[in-house]
Amino acid sequence: MSSKTLYDKIWNDHVAHEADDGTCLLYIDRHLVHEVTSPQAFEGLRVAGRSVHAPDKTIAVPDHNVPTTLDRQKGIDNEESRIQVETLDKNAEDFGIHYYPVDDIRQGIVHIVGPEQGWTLPGMTVVCGDSHTATHGAFGALAHGIGTSEVEHVLATQTLIQKKSKNMKVEVTGKLKAGVTAKDITLTVIGQTGTAGGTGYVIEYSGEAIRSLSMEGRMTVCNMAIEGGARAGLIAPDEKTFEYCKGRPHAPKGAAWETAELYWKTLFSDKDAVFDKVLTIKGEDIAPVVTWGTSPEDVLPVTATVPRPEDFEGGKVEAVKRSLEYMGLIPGMPLSEVKIDTVFIGSCTNGRIEDLRAAAEVLRGKKVKDGLRCMIVPGSGLVRAQAEEEGLAEIFLNAGFEWRLAGCSMCLAMNPDQLSPGERCAATSNRNFEGRQGRGGRTHLMSPAMAAAASLTGYLTDIRKLKHN
Amino acid sequence: MEKFNSLTGVAAPLPLINTDTDMIIPKQFLKTIKRTGLGVNLFSEMRYKDDGSEKPDFILNQKAYRDTQVLVAGENFGCGSSREHAPWAINDFGIKCIIAPSFADIFYNNCFKNGILPIVLPPEEVDVLMKDAEKGSNARISIDLETQTVTSSEGVAFNFKVDPFRKHCLMNGLDDIDLTLEKQTSIQNFEQQAAVSRPWV
Repeated sequence: MSSKTLYDKIWNDHVAHEADDGTCLLYIDRHLVHEVTSPQAFEGLRVAGRSVHAPDKTIAVPDHNVPTTLDRQKGIDNEESRIQVETLDKNAEDFGIHYYPVDDIRQGIVHIVGPEQGWTLPGMTVVCGDSHTATHGAFGALAHGIGTSEVEHVLATQTLIQKKSKNMKVEVTGKLKAGVTAKDITLTVIGQTGTAGGTGYVIEYSGEAIRSLSMEGRMTVCNMAIEGGARAGLIAPDEKTFEYCKGRPHAPKGAAWETAELYWKTLFSDKDAVFDKVLTIKGEDIAPVVTWGTSPEDVLPVTATVPRPEDFEGGKVEAVKRSLEYMGLIPGMPLSEVKIDTVFIGSCTNGRIEDLRAAAEVLRGKKVKDGLRCMIVPGSGLVRAQAEEEGLAEIFLNAGFEWRLAGCSMCLAMNPDQLSPGERCAATSNRNFEGRQGRGGRTHLMSPAMAAAASLTGYLTDIRKLKHN
Repeated sequence: MEKFNSLTGVAAPLPLINTDTDMIIPKQFLKTIKRTGLGVNLFSEMRYKDDGSEKPDFILNQKAYRDTQVLVAGENFGCGSSREHAPWAINDFGIKCIIAPSFADIFYNNCFKNGILPIVLPPEEVDVLMKDAEKGSNARISIDLETQTVTSSEGVAFNFKVDPFRKHCLMNGLDDIDLTLEKQTSIQNFEQQAAVSRPWV
C-alpha cells in the first residue's frame, strides 16, 4: 500500500462516489450553520420541497449579527440583523436541526461552539458557510468553508461535489521563544506564503513547535489557513486532541470511545508520504508579529519599521501604496510608534479561554491607557462563564476593558461593534481588509497578549519589552 | 441556474491584486435573506462616497463601463470570506465573466454555482486583456465557453482551461443538487458502511 498523507486518509474515507473524471461526492460528517450564509439555502430547500438529509449531523448557532452588550435579551435593534437571526430560529425548528439560540449559555461563535460541544472530532469532514471553518482542522478533521449554494447542497444531500486538493506541509521546527504564540506562527506562515500561497492545497501543519501547542493554539493556527489561501489546514490528532475531546457532550462514550480512538490513532501522514509543496520555518526564528497593511500577508515583527512600496514587486507595489494610504502609515516609521485607539480581543481566531488567560496575565493589576476603547468578547457563553469563574473577568473590568457576551462582534462588524473611519485597532481577529471592522477602520492583527500590551501603552507594543519592564 | 455559453461585452480593468470579498460586498449588505438586488452595492466602499454619491473615478462609475459584463482583474481575486453574496452582487450588476491570473478557492467555486465564468489566464495574457479593457466601451471582449477562448477587441485570442464537469453544468445551466440526487444510492451505501466503520460519527 502506498504512503498517504493525513489529508489523503481522511479524503479516502469520505468519498461516496467518484466519477470517471475524478469529480467526487465527499460525504460530510458535520455541517455547521449560522444566520448569515444559510437563509437562502433553507429557502432553496423549501422552494424545491426538499428536507435536510441528515438533521442529526447539522448544528446551527447565530453568531455574526448578535449584539454582545449585556442588554441583549431586549432584542436586536437593527431590523435586518433581527430578521436574519429569527430566520435561523425558524429554520432550525422547521428542519429539526440541533440549535443553540441566542439565550442559550452554549451560544457563541460557531467555530468555538463546535469543538466545545464535541461535535468536531478527529477524522471527520466538517463544513460551514464560513471561511474560518478551517479552525476545526486542529483536530485532524478536514474542515473548510463553503458558499451558500454548497450549504444548500450539503443540507439536501450531506455531500459536496469536490475535486481533491494538493498536499502541502508547513513544518515549524524547534521551540518558540518567550512571548511568541500560535497567532505569531500562523501570521508568520502567511507572511511567507502570501495570501495565495496555499491556493489549491490542503496544508498540514507539523513539527515540534506545532505539537507543543495546546488544542486552543492549534485552532488559532488552522483558523487562518484560509488567509494563506488554502482550502483547509490540518494537524494530526494526538493525546492532547483525545484529552480535549473526551467527555464533551457529543463525543463518543465508553466502548464507542475506545473504537473511535483506535481509528483516530491511524490519522497521521505516513513517514514517506509525498507532499506537493513544503515550507519549513524554525520556531526560534518567529518573533511577536503585527500586520501593518490591509492584507493578512502584510506581516512584520513588531520591532520592524513600516515598509516602502518599492521594497515589493509587481502588483504588490500599487497594493502597498494603497494600503499605506488607507492605514495612514509612513514608510520607515517604527511599528512600535503606531498609536492605537481601540483594542479588540475575541473572534474565532482568539476568543477561547486560553486567549483570555493570556490577555489577563498581561492586564492583571494594570489599567488601560486613558482614552482607549477596549473590549473583550468571549467566543462562547461557556468561555465567558469559565473566565468569570477563574477571576479573569474581574481583571479585565478592573483594567478598564468592556466584558461582553459571546459573538463575532468587531471581527467583522455586522453587529453594532464597529470602528469609525480612521479609528485604529489592535485586534486578535483574522482579517485586516479595508473596511473589515467598519468603514475606514484600520486593523492591526496580533496575538491576545500583544493586544493586551497595546491596551496598556496605547501603541503597538513588543510584549517582551513590556514583560521585561 | 442561468446558462453560460458565450458573450461579447464591455470589459472593465481592475488591476488591483488581492481584491477581497469585503471589497466586493461589504458586510452591511450580508444581512439580506435573498440572493437578488445586491448589484447596487457591488464594490460599495470603492464606488460610493460617505454621502452615498458616486466616486467618479471608480471604474464602474465611468460612462464607458456602466454596462460592464467582463471584469479583468489582478491576482488572487475574491480572497477572504466564503460569502456567496460576492458572486450574487457581481451577477446582479451584470458581470458574467471574470478574468484574472488567479482566484481564491471558495470564490472560484461560488462563481460556477451562479452562472458566472471565472477564467484563469497567465499574467502576460491578462495584461493584454487589461490593456484592451482600458480602452473603454470600444473594447468588447468575447468569451466562448464551448471552444474555451477569450478574444480581445483586436482579435487576439487566448485559450483557457476549465474543469469539464463545471463546463458541462455551466453550459447547460444544471442544478448540482439534482445531479447529486441521481447518485442517492451511492450516498446511502456510503452511510451504511460508515455506520459500521465509524459508528461514533
